[in-house]
Amino acid sequence: MDLAREVQQLRLEKAKLEAELQSFRESASSATVSESCSLRDPTFCPATWLSGGQHYLDREMINRYSRQLLVPAFGVQGQLNLLKSSILVVGAGGLGSSAALYLAAAGIGCLGIVDHDNVELNNLHRQIIHSESSIGNSKVNSAATACNALFCYRINSMLKVVKHEVQLTANNSVDLINQYDVIVDATDNVPTRYLISDTCVALGKPLVSGAALGMDGQLTVYNFNGGPCYRCLFPVPPPQGACQRCSDSGVLGVVPGIIGAFQALEAIKIASGVGDPLSKRMLILDGFSTSIRVVKLRNRNPDCSVCRDGSQITEREIQELNYESFTGSSLSDKSPKPLSVLPDSQRITAKEYFDYLKEGHPHLLLDVREAHQYAISALPCSLNVPLAKLEDRLPEIKAAAQESQIIVLCRRGNDSQLAVKYLRENGKTEAVDIIGGLESWARDVDPRFPIY
Amino acid sequence: MDAEFSQTEGTCGRVKVLFFARAREIAGVSETSLGIDGAESSKTIKDCIDLLTKQFPGLEEIMSCIVVALNQEYADQSSLVKSGDELALIPPISGG
Ligand SMILES: [Zn+2]
Repeated sequence: MDLAREVQQLRLEKAKLEAELQSFRESASSATVSESCSLRDPTFCPATWLSGGQHYLDREMINRYSRQLLVPAFGVQGQLNLLKSSILVVGAGGLGSSAALYLAAAGIGCLGIVDHDNVELNNLHRQIIHSESSIGNSKVNSAATACNALFCYRINSMLKVVKHEVQLTANNSVDLINQYDVIVDATDNVPTRYLISDTCVALGKPLVSGAALGMDGQLTVYNFNGGPCYRCLFPVPPPQGACQRCSDSGVLGVVPGIIGAFQALEAIKIASGVGDPLSKRMLILDGFSTSIRVVKLRNRNPDCSVCRDGSQITEREIQELNYESFTGSSLSDKSPKPLSVLPDSQRITAKEYFDYLKEGHPHLLLDVREAHQYAISALPCSLNVPLAKLEDRLPEIKAAAQESQIIVLCRRGNDSQLAVKYLRENGKTEAVDIIGGLESWARDVDPRFPIY
Repeated sequence: MDAEFSQTEGTCGRVKVLFFARAREIAGVSETSLGIDGAESSKTIKDCIDLLTKQFPGLEEIMSCIVVALNQEYADQSSLVKSGDELALIPPISGG
């Protein structure tokens, strides 16, 4: 009998807790987009006030953060400073995933997350804050849910997560960045990096900047303690061809994870006033050989167009700047702009190529992607000669084609145009390419063709 | 294959050059070594870069936006290099 009553009692308690949890989850998910962080309100700090006006950690905080309270350099004061701090993570991708999770777990007061993308399957190998169930949903919501889950059994969370489901632009960057103490650049494109750096200079905010591509990573703290800004170091943006994306060059998932974790470390150090932040230095990670170097950087460039003493960039000037035309790339692009090198008469569609196949049209299908991309997926009976090897292997191509037409293919229909142009200049005047490449093939002809 | 400032070896010193990210991809190697001839007048980073872009023409396109570190310290192109120095070419990466 006692046992039965106990079970009943536990069931009631369980139901009550579940109801509380549900109401907490609802209130967490209904937080409005671009809601302003109310850190200016001192009562917000999750740490409790003593009657003397000082903060202290309550019993649960002491338990939760005990292992970092035990770090002598950090201690109670470091934790209290952190609990009062607000940190903005721009980008909830590979860098932002680990940065945001560590910051949330470490016990900062307010975590802002900016992103305007949705979660895709090809994000999950590196963007560990998201899960399969979030595919198609906004990254900001998914990331906020994961951060809030660290505190899901508390009715009054120790962490305030603010969702900014917007693209950072010259028009909103000042308003967004101004609400936070420390800014973490976890974005994936060049114009946004300039925009964030300029805004941090205008507002005097420390910027923890990380980047990752392939197996390489970079980390620097800009605009802190007299250190340089991004433009002091890189006054000239990289030319378009040299500017690589994860969607083209690839990235080993753990590399942005490592750099993002480093970003969390630097942001925590700045916010808590502990340690020696990576200002005027750049950490370079070579994941291929597992080597890390720290290079001493220049001081602020006295001629920097943005942070020069006495004439720092203003909020107004930022809004008037066109970051996309300055860098020659888009604030949100995931794939390169389609080239138009060839006239339409020298191009065919994927559907037309499919008709050729059905009609038995004699031809050589030449795939000009790099060999490692060709190994991912390819059309049968194609010859793989990477664009860069075209010149060297021209005799081989001519021998394979003999008198028949060469039809050139690549991933998206850009390199294939350059290849056709070269082939036509070198005797193969019938050569054409397939508009939109394999992506068009998968979209318009064979939806089962694996696209990467 | 090492590039030389001068065909005559003589009292030839060497500078180690490290390539990072896109620079390594273009060069196809992660490091190389440049010979600097002690008999000639002092060499600058600019001289080294000119030689490197001759050896690896693809480097030209990223040279405008590269950070060069001499012995792990930011250096501008007029800085002098001497035998045993280490030069690192660090283009920005922007992925995330
Ligand atoms: Zn500057």
